[in-house]
Amino acid sequence: MRKNNTINRKDFFKTLGSATVASLATAYGCSPKKTQFSTAAISLDDLSSMKMEYRQNPNSDDKVSLLGYGCMRLPTKKISETEREIDQETWNNLVDLSMEKGVNFFDTSPMYCRGKSEQALAIALEKYPRNRYFLSTKLSNFRPDTFSREASLSIYRDSFKALRTDYIDYYFLHAVGLGGMKRFKARYIDNGIMDFLQKEREAGRIRNLGWSFHGDVKVFDYLLETGIKWDFVLIQLNYIDWKHASGININAEYLYLELTKRNIPVMVMEPLLGGRLAKMNYYSTRLLKQKEPEASVASWAFRYAGSLPNVLTVLSGMTYKEHLIDNLHTFSPLKPVSEDDIKMLEEIAGMILDYPLISCTECRYCMPCPYGIDIPGVFAHYNKCIIEGIYPQKKEENDYRKLRRAFLIGYDRSVPKLRQANHCIGCGKCIELCPQRIDIPGEMSRIDEYVERLKTEALNQTE
Amino acid sequence: MGLAVASITILTLLFLDFSATIHACLGWMTRLQFIPAVLSFSVGIIIFLIVFTLLFGRVYCSVICPLGILQDFISWFRARVKKNRFSYSKPLIGLRYTMLVVTLAAIIFGLASFVAFFDPYGAYGRIASSLFAPVYQWGNNVLAYFSERAGSYAFYNVDIWMKSVSALLVAAGTLVVIALLSWRNGRIYCNTICPVGTLLGVLSRFSIFKLVIDVEKCIGCNLCVRNCKSSCININEKKVDYSRCVMCMDCIETCKFEAMRYVYSFKKATQRLTEKENASSRENTSRRVFLSSVGLLAVSGILEAQEKVAEGGLAVIEDKKIPKRDTPVKPPGSQSLRNFSSHCTACGLCVSICPNQVLRPSSDLMHFLQPEMSYEKGYCRPECIKCAAVCPTGAIHEISAVEKSALKIGTAVWIRENCVVITDGVNCNNCARHCPAEAIQMLPIEPDNPKSKKIPVIDAERCIGCGACENLCPARPFSAVYVEGIENHRAI
Repeated sequence: MRKNNTINRKDFFKTLGSATVASLATAYGCSPKKTQFSTAAISLDDLSSMKMEYRQNPNSDDKVSLLGYGCMRLPTKKISETEREIDQETWNNLVDLSMEKGVNFFDTSPMYCRGKSEQALAIALEKYPRNRYFLSTKLSNFRPDTFSREASLSIYRDSFKALRTDYIDYYFLHAVGLGGMKRFKARYIDNGIMDFLQKEREAGRIRNLGWSFHGDVKVFDYLLETGIKWDFVLIQLNYIDWKHASGININAEYLYLELTKRNIPVMVMEPLLGGRLAKMNYYSTRLLKQKEPEASVASWAFRYAGSLPNVLTVLSGMTYKEHLIDNLHTFSPLKPVSEDDIKMLEEIAGMILDYPLISCTECRYCMPCPYGIDIPGVFAHYNKCIIEGIYPQKKEENDYRKLRRAFLIGYDRSVPKLRQANHCIGCGKCIELCPQRIDIPGEMSRIDEYVERLKTEALNQTE
Repeated sequence: MGLAVASITILTLLFLDFSATIHACLGWMTRLQFIPAVLSFSVGIIIFLIVFTLLFGRVYCSVICPLGILQDFISWFRARVKKNRFSYSKPLIGLRYTMLVVTLAAIIFGLASFVAFFDPYGAYGRIASSLFAPVYQWGNNVLAYFSERAGSYAFYNVDIWMKSVSALLVAAGTLVVIALLSWRNGRIYCNTICPVGTLLGVLSRFSIFKLVIDVEKCIGCNLCVRNCKSSCININEKKVDYSRCVMCMDCIETCKFEAMRYVYSFKKATQRLTEKENASSRENTSRRVFLSSVGLLAVSGILEAQEKVAEGGLAVIEDKKIPKRDTPVKPPGSQSLRNFSSHCTACGLCVSICPNQVLRPSSDLMHFLQPEMSYEKGYCRPECIKCAAVCPTGAIHEISAVEKSALKIGTAVWIRENCVVITDGVNCNNCARHCPAEAIQMLPIEPDNPKSKKIPVIDAERCIGCGACENLCPARPFSAVYVEGIENHRAI
């Protein structure tokens, strides 16, 4: 209490003291070190204050969460030696957590998880009012015996039944481009399905009509010229595919720009390139961790994809809770990548491309191989060994014996002998099923030759 | 004796060690065995063993022969409960010498399969590879399981499979019979049936170092008789039957009066020993220390299922059936069917060592239990020459990998009705692609049609019979390509 208008010494120090404390507290609270990544992104505690980022669909009122839940890789549990089934309880928990934290977009298809994905999703979403989430599914008629009008219609109608809904927010023509124009015409035009779906949109049973793309750019260009109003398009986009798409894939840069030119919202799939951008070689990991020590390697790929302004949602197949939590951290809200960041990611893309990796995303569309080969298993082992440096090239290498042993024993551990690459007969049935259009028999042959040279200790001999 | 324990341990390990690591330095122990030495006509070893027996008696039977050491172990085990259970018995001369003559005749006429039955090394080998090896492999697989969990490559999983029902039954039967005989009567097999025992017995009768009973000290208590496994001490006449004594030295140990001695002696057995001999002989006797032999891990192994189920599922793979071959396929190095069948003692060492699961005992009566090859589990890989390296009888001669690459042991045969190109209408060239001899080419079914599917054609003059085609052919359960054996192997 001041008697005159002067502050006595006691008060002065008191004020100074509390001011110091207050400013320290504020300084601490506003310290630049405390970014949204300052705590390890595996706990939920700090998420409570974070808010999921949403993007506005330019054609409707929809506010779609930038993180979309992909339902192709649902959690499974073992029920017998060779059979696995969807672990519904775990899935329910994952959906609950994601809904709680603001995810409202769920993407599925009638063929995912051996046909069980849609109904598993419906069960998980049962407790929520229908208007709290967006459902997306697809016309997945990949096999020629489903091209007929009746077959396609029954796939369409079955989706509604499985999802227990009378409208679908986002409906896709699935994997347009595989098989080129010929196949596209057979699947959608000759049987009148394209017209049918547009009518369904008019009737309100489909709210947004679009397509997902893999493969032949001619189909892509054709669809953009048809004059049909597309509400969205789903493309494969990540910092490798942006300018260095492999195999039959088209550079995402081209696809994205063409779509943005026409004001069509873009949805992103394979932001992690099938998981290959979630775990990488030692040096690349260091680069990423140097910039953000407590951010996951995967977060960079998501930030890259989500930084593009015309992206409506980035789909991620989060099988494990820790991945969901990490993504929630990344997207609440998304911290865009800077020019510098992009340069670093380009460098890393270059390093990854230098490795003779096989561009398999383990989507398992190729399975089952009629002759029993475990295609994703063989590729996964091979890729893993390359990334971890278990890939001796010369007998004179320092650790040749150890690496050889690690490669061969690891091979037998991951893939049963009868399902290994040397049993691939090259029938080619898998090639047309692969969305990445990997030359599977060719890669099998390449891996087999390498294994043979390792076994016979003839590494130094070239062909 | 420590030596005996070491001997049987090493010999057993030679059959168990599927990685063939110890064979490099210790493989010679199999070549020291008598019948293998005879079959491979290793003059040096035969002479050595003969001289050794002429000097020291049938020490071979207690220290080198694994079946003998096994019987000693069983006998010792029994003796812990029922002590002093033996008694003197007269030799069964007729049976012994008949067995010896018959065995010699079989060797001369090349019927090694018959010899194999009574060869103690062969018998033990079959027991080790059919009965002990799976247990060892179980133990290994348990270690491999934990090794995998720990991210270590120190141990790897091996396939445990029954290579031959008949071999298993014969081995089990042999073990039961031997166990029963030694449980009741010590070394009765060695002195009535075993041709090696009988032959060495002929020599040991004249051995320079003998067991001698000191009549002055012997009071006739019969303790030595009751502990003599070979039932060969005739205490009434104070004589030891040297042709049956296996030099186990149990009698020396049990005699409380030091009346049994192992001495240099050209004289008759019952002669009184001089003071000097008394003194020196005391130094010769030694206490035996019994060490436990190979501890078998009785671990119930868990074969880790390595089936991973994919989202899209994994196709079921049927087992391949073993094709009926007109001529069996025998390992490279065996030179000819005749050489192999007249030298192989069916010990199963090569079967245990084959890393590709190709060798297995035959159930064909003419070559009973002698190994043959089949390719449904693996094929005879070009860089592997393990079977040739370990064979002690010369049934499989040693060869180098280079020699093997041009050594023909069989010919591949294509079966049109089974080929998936025909039955499934798919492109396949797995046989041609993996043939190390480049003996298979793919040619179009319709030469004028550029889109024609291709079928394999086999050049019999280039094929070496390694079985890569049979193993990697996708047609199941009946392979579309399989290997027929040839009677005489040749270089091509």
